[in-house]
Amino acid sequence: MPNLVEIRDVHFRYGDRPILSALDMAFPRGKVVAVMGGSGSGKTTILRLIGGQLTPQSGAIAIGGQRVDPADTATLYALRRRMGMLFQHGALFTDMSVYDNVAFPLREHTDLPEMLIRDLVLMKLQTVGLRNAAQLKPAEISGGMARRVALARAIALDPELIMYDEPFAGLDPISMGMTANLIRKLNDALGSTSILVSHDVDESFAIADYVYFLSKGAIVAQGTPDEMMASADPYVKQFVRAEPDGPVPFHYPGRSLAEDLGLGARG
Amino acid sequence: MIRLLTAIGRWTRESITNVGFATRVLLQMLRSSGGLLRRFRLVTTQVHFIGNYSLLLIAVAGLFVGFVLGLQGYYTLNKYGSEQALGLLVALSLTRELGPVVTALLFAGRAGTSLTAEIGLMKAGEQLSAMEMMAVDPLQRVLAPRFWAGVIAMPVLAAIFSAVGILGGYVVGVLLIGVDQGAFWSQMQGGVDVVNDVLNGVLKSVVFGIAVTFIAVYQGYRAQPTPEGVARATTRTVVMASLTVLGLDFLLTALMFS
Repeated sequence: MPNLVEIRDVHFRYGDRPILSALDMAFPRGKVVAVMGGSGSGKTTILRLIGGQLTPQSGAIAIGGQRVDPADTATLYALRRRMGMLFQHGALFTDMSVYDNVAFPLREHTDLPEMLIRDLVLMKLQTVGLRNAAQLKPAEISGGMARRVALARAIALDPELIMYDEPFAGLDPISMGMTANLIRKLNDALGSTSILVSHDVDESFAIADYVYFLSKGAIVAQGTPDEMMASADPYVKQFVRAEPDGPVPFHYPGRSLAEDLGLGARG
Repeated sequence: MIRLLTAIGRWTRESITNVGFATRVLLQMLRSSGGLLRRFRLVTTQVHFIGNYSLLLIAVAGLFVGFVLGLQGYYTLNKYGSEQALGLLVALSLTRELGPVVTALLFAGRAGTSLTAEIGLMKAGEQLSAMEMMAVDPLQRVLAPRFWAGVIAMPVLAAIFSAVGILGGYVVGVLLIGVDQGAFWSQMQGGVDVVNDVLNGVLKSVVFGIAVTFIAVYQGYRAQPTPEGVARATTRTVVMASLTVLGLDFLLTALMFS
């Protein structure tokens, strides 16, 4: 099966507010796929649906041919052991050291002796360049470093699927480039599949094999980064070139300024 | 009128939903607690955190309550020439009522709020979500060890409160006022029943431990993941835990000592 993750005709809404509609996506094995779109377009919701933290109202999501069903806890947890997720702000356990954060999934899911866990943790931390920060607490490291520790924790069990939720948000250019390179290198080294949710065009296009563009819960464009750069689609053009106005309006929809100021009535 | 009925209906529905959800969380937590026997260190760490850090507060409060009991007891008993029974009065008041109840109220304010804030902030920082995504159940890994630690710590703290309180009563009654030392201890020894008084007090503190700790961890787990949400959850813990302790105390007293 070429695709590790498949989303078929998924509809999802919070209460009466639709978030995703008739969504079809495929994430091929071994590839880095970027899901891009403005804030509120439903990108993070897709990750939560794949991880089984949310349940779609209709449609199906499958990982390696196995359906993601939040009601079936045992199967869901077995599926999650094959995934790693990097949260937007790292979500490190603040009461644990960097070392213990990375050791956490190993201690929870394996019976490995502590000596072997130590070696594995140090190797993961070496991969992200933070072996010497092992004994620090999350409060003692920068945001970029926290993101890299979270990455080391996410790959602790060598997952088949790694999901990244806005991995570049709030990072300085050096950390951003470093994180992007790590995502690509780790994906290739582990032979895993990566789903990258981001709105950072340069970094995402530099490492992604395929890109989905999302707007208002639906896919508006998809293709390789080169195809997206050359796309004539107005939404993609506005997003890629960071234009202030276009299909995504600058102003929140509602009454006009003239109406609010009562200018029409005076005239 | 329709608006009022709608509001009452909504409140009733939400209340039933909340009770149902809380029951489900409690049952899931209890079901997942078996695994803690293999990793009892998770519980002992929390017993240290919850119990040890509450110890000084409980001991100091117990001492002052004992002082006050010694004074008030002496003033009242002296009117009837029964000041020799001061030890008995202090011991019964502490083991039956004040020990379990005041400890539970102080525990709710000290450890309960700390538990709620800790779990609420873990939720706000997506740490609970991260745990779920690592296929680790937060109910088992975070809530259950804290819950059992509270249940274990509460009777121990209540016992310390009562013991220190009796010493406080002794200091005021015997050392400062001059009540006969032999009568103070012998009346206490003769009048306090191990099963009816001491064990019932311990039983009360276990029940309070279950109630207060569950309210604290549940409020943290259900907190809105915002600074305001965590603040509200912490307040709810103190209010709900205090009222629950007082209500349960009435019920248990009626059942135990009737």
